[in-house]
Amino acid sequence: MSVLSQALWVLLLGSLLGLELIGKVPPTLHTPLMSGANAISGITVLASLTLIQKAGDNQALLLIGALSLGFALYNVVGGFLVTDRMLAMFRRKGDA
Amino acid sequence: MTSPFLSIDLLTDAIDLVAVLLLALGIKGLSKVRSARGANQLAAVAMGLAVLGLLIEIQPGPLAWLWIAAGSAAGGLAGLITARRVPMTAMPEVVALFNGCGGLASLLVAVGVALFDSASADMVALVSIAISVFVGSITFTGSIVAMAKLQGWLDTPAWTQSSVRHVVNIALAVLALVGAVLLPGDPTGLPLWLVVIGSSLLGVGVTLPIGGADMPVVISLLNSYSGVAAAAAGFVVGSQLLIVAGAMVGSAGLILTQVMCTAMNRSLLSVLFGGALGASGGGAVGGGGSEAGYTRITSCSAEECAMALEQAERVVFVPGYGLAVAQAQHALRELSKLLEAHGVEVSYAIHPVAGRMPGHMNVLLAEADVPYEQLIEMDLINPEFPRTDVVIVLGANDVVNPDAKSDPTSPLYGMPVLEVDQARQVFVVKRSLGAGYAGIANALFELPQTAMVFGDAKAVLNGLLSELRSMGVGKVVAKKEKVAA
Repeated sequence: MSVLSQALWVLLLGSLLGLELIGKVPPTLHTPLMSGANAISGITVLASLTLIQKAGDNQALLLIGALSLGFALYNVVGGFLVTDRMLAMFRRKGDA
Repeated sequence: MTSPFLSIDLLTDAIDLVAVLLLALGIKGLSKVRSARGANQLAAVAMGLAVLGLLIEIQPGPLAWLWIAAGSAAGGLAGLITARRVPMTAMPEVVALFNGCGGLASLLVAVGVALFDSASADMVALVSIAISVFVGSITFTGSIVAMAKLQGWLDTPAWTQSSVRHVVNIALAVLALVGAVLLPGDPTGLPLWLVVIGSSLLGVGVTLPIGGADMPVVISLLNSYSGVAAAAAGFVVGSQLLIVAGAMVGSAGLILTQVMCTAMNRSLLSVLFGGALGASGGGAVGGGGSEAGYTRITSCSAEECAMALEQAERVVFVPGYGLAVAQAQHALRELSKLLEAHGVEVSYAIHPVAGRMPGHMNVLLAEADVPYEQLIEMDLINPEFPRTDVVIVLGANDVVNPDAKSDPTSPLYGMPVLEVDQARQVFVVKRSLGAGYAGIANALFELPQTAMVFGDAKAVLNGLLSELRSMGVGKVVAKKEKVAA
């Protein structure tokens, strides 16, 4: 299998998995879910890191990579924390 | 790979697989109340693992480490501060902001590769770069515009409500497309900037005409786009983990968007291309009926409302956007505590799109310590309304409009609504008789069992609290407790 067709398979299966995972969600969780999924989409940090690695001693590319890493991490860290803040509030009666 | 066993490749592949598995479990777990918080933490761990795996794989040199540390420190710290400081009512804006930054990150990676590393790029990489730049730009500018509109920093300009905007947007899309087609021939020059500028402006052009009511749908869709942008960036740098995770978020985001559209009885197409329905645009009021259209309105004071509450056995609150705006959720919680202490059965009817995003109202009420068992979803509470004594509608409008069930000419016809008109008595707390988001008259207001209580939700709730206390509702409880003791 070529690298491209392998990548396309991965894309296809990932998409199908996403469709299945989110089938039934109580409305209570729509906002936290959107926020959590949003944090996960910050996984583009991996691309930023790869770019920095590829940059060698090219200062401009290092800068672009670091900028993109910063923005992606802002998405990731902020996203997970804010989701946690929301979910921490869903307590049952009697829970500590 | 030199040896098939115990190589670094094998280790990092294993880490990647575990990370994907945990991410999938995380998304799945986020869909159940019990497991949601743990699932979110699981996803965060998965993300950490993915980064760790990549760092082991690429083994950055000292210079790369320096830049990685700088970027991580800045982004991580800013994320920490934003997440700590943001108020819960501003959640839609913040999700939009985070989302825009994710899009910008994918955009920057693609531009960086195009400018400095395209010599080694094959056709697949170049196409991926074009897609990544295109989707990343739209996600970035679209999210920022969505945030600015929700914050009230941006209005809906009048020209965006005319069909001129379609011409402008099509021209921008064509511009970006031309750039994308020419990109492989000249990856570092003009075509790249055509894509960047064309799609950035397109992101603005598509989001700007959309009214506040539809903004949650747009944010959800843009959230899906940022997944697509990440997947495209995965093709650019050749990371399968990135492709899987991006694709999962992309398709999951689409489902969520569809769920929201269904709940609001709007099709995605009409949200994206139909312009603003009423909302801040002003000019485009979507349906028949206006303030002047009401003829049989009964209004009443907080005192009368309090008397009805005092007599009631079962009370349902219907909170809406107006409640969030008035920051009245804590006053509401206090009122229901008082009523519960008086022996009244209290619950909250939650329409799927109450608040400004699906589930937003649950978050706001949870913040005010309302136990979530009392938050009842529409399908479960609707059969309960006929045996409900008093319904209090707080800053909700279209989601309680009975026309959506009975009047085929209503623009809301077919939208699932809370059937509060079945209850014995309905009080609608509202600042004025202005129309709802969709600019449609509400038949509920004119029903004989409905009375309007005009005022800011928080002020009215505090008024009800003091009326009930002066009736001695709290004291009765004290007596009961003494007897019990």
